[in-house]
Amino acid sequence: MKLRLTLFGLGICGLVALYGTVIAHMPGPGKMHSPYSRAINKLCVPQRHVTDAVTAVNFDYRGFDTLGEEFILFASVMGTLVLLREAAENKGPLSGDSASEPRNVRPTEAVRVTALALVGPTVVFGVYVVTHGQLTPGGGFQGGVVLATAPLLVYLADDFKTFKRITSHALIEISEAVGGGMYAVIGAIALVLSRPYMTNVLPLAQSGGIASGGIIPLISIATGLEVAAGFVLLLYAFLQKTLAERESS
Amino acid sequence: MNPQTLLEGLILSLVAIAGGAVVLTRDPLNQALGVSFFGLMLSAMFYIFQAPDVALSQMVIGAVALPLIILLTLARIRRNTK
Amino acid sequence: MTTYAYVVAAWLFAIGLFGIVTSKNLVHMCLCLTVVQASTYLLLTGVGYRPGGTAPIFVNLPAGAPIVDPVVQALMLTDIVVETTVVALMLALTVQIHKKTGNCDPNATTALQG
Repeated sequence: MKLRLTLFGLGICGLVALYGTVIAHMPGPGKMHSPYSRAINKLCVPQRHVTDAVTAVNFDYRGFDTLGEEFILFASVMGTLVLLREAAENKGPLSGDSASEPRNVRPTEAVRVTALALVGPTVVFGVYVVTHGQLTPGGGFQGGVVLATAPLLVYLADDFKTFKRITSHALIEISEAVGGGMYAVIGAIALVLSRPYMTNVLPLAQSGGIASGGIIPLISIATGLEVAAGFVLLLYAFLQKTLAERESS
Repeated sequence: MNPQTLLEGLILSLVAIAGGAVVLTRDPLNQALGVSFFGLMLSAMFYIFQAPDVALSQMVIGAVALPLIILLTLARIRRNTK
Repeated sequence: MTTYAYVVAAWLFAIGLFGIVTSKNLVHMCLCLTVVQASTYLLLTGVGYRPGGTAPIFVNLPAGAPIVDPVVQALMLTDIVVETTVVALMLALTVQIHKKTGNCDPNATTALQG
């Protein structure tokens, strides 16, 4: 431990020296104009008819990066599912143990009513955020996580069985795959028309409308589907073993 | 010093304090709460620094997804210990 | 205030690394890693920010108003969501390590075991 702390101290000294030098030579606040950001701020409304520059960068100008990020997400969700998979041989002794566990406490009426009342607004808000990414702050990544909290509210209001029923496992897995695949396929449509990958092939509607931005809203929906399904799968994987037996006891 | 600059300094200090608290809390169960607070502070920081897209993303992740995954992990570890 | 943001980024990086070095619990270690990750957000925010700037949403913006850098924001945005799934993967590994070895101490699981 002492050796480790010494090494850490040396590393921090190096960091302070190098990082301090870099900071001292950085241009002052507000002087950093990267030509890339200036170009995007100037062009994203006339060229793509999109009012949110961040979404334009995310799903169009640097859409290929985001495709890579999507596959990182996909791979880590798959990895988590594989790691937390129920091993069949563990079933026997575990169900014996769980008999001694306390029964799951039923949520009170106040929690149930509030959580159920919030499910609808959460879904509507999630869909709104996913589909309006090109106009206002939002997009597939944020909206997808909002959508994934809706089944969680149902779980809060009821029990794991209900959660399992509404997040029918096969369907969520299919949505996850379709969300990931749809992004790649939308990008490939341009290849069929002998244009570079992820070129916009749809008409750019009037700026400020929901259909503005060509393929950007479609990619946003694909991402939203993938992120929502991915998070529901994650929660399902962590919840199933922790709570399934407690419910059944 | 205008109010915006003051607000920026305040929120950066809060982020620094919350980050330190997350690391120096040694019990993972208490840490889950710390991470939630740290996420909320980061979200406010993004909002003040004019990044509403990132703030929205950080808010949902920091307030709901990450603390929940930590709590469920701890529940599983505790159940395996028995 | 951007210089202060760089300083806070360095502080978060250092304290998070300190937590990883001295950690006694793998779950604690994963959460320290999220603090290190947050330092990159502060650095990128500091790089992209312009004093008096507004968010890059082009609705009713006065002409010639300073606008913050949208490119670094797009970098952070995807990373925040993807990072959480990666942390979930690490926590799933922690659950498996605990199942195999019976504890969560990173110092106790140094050697490879078949």
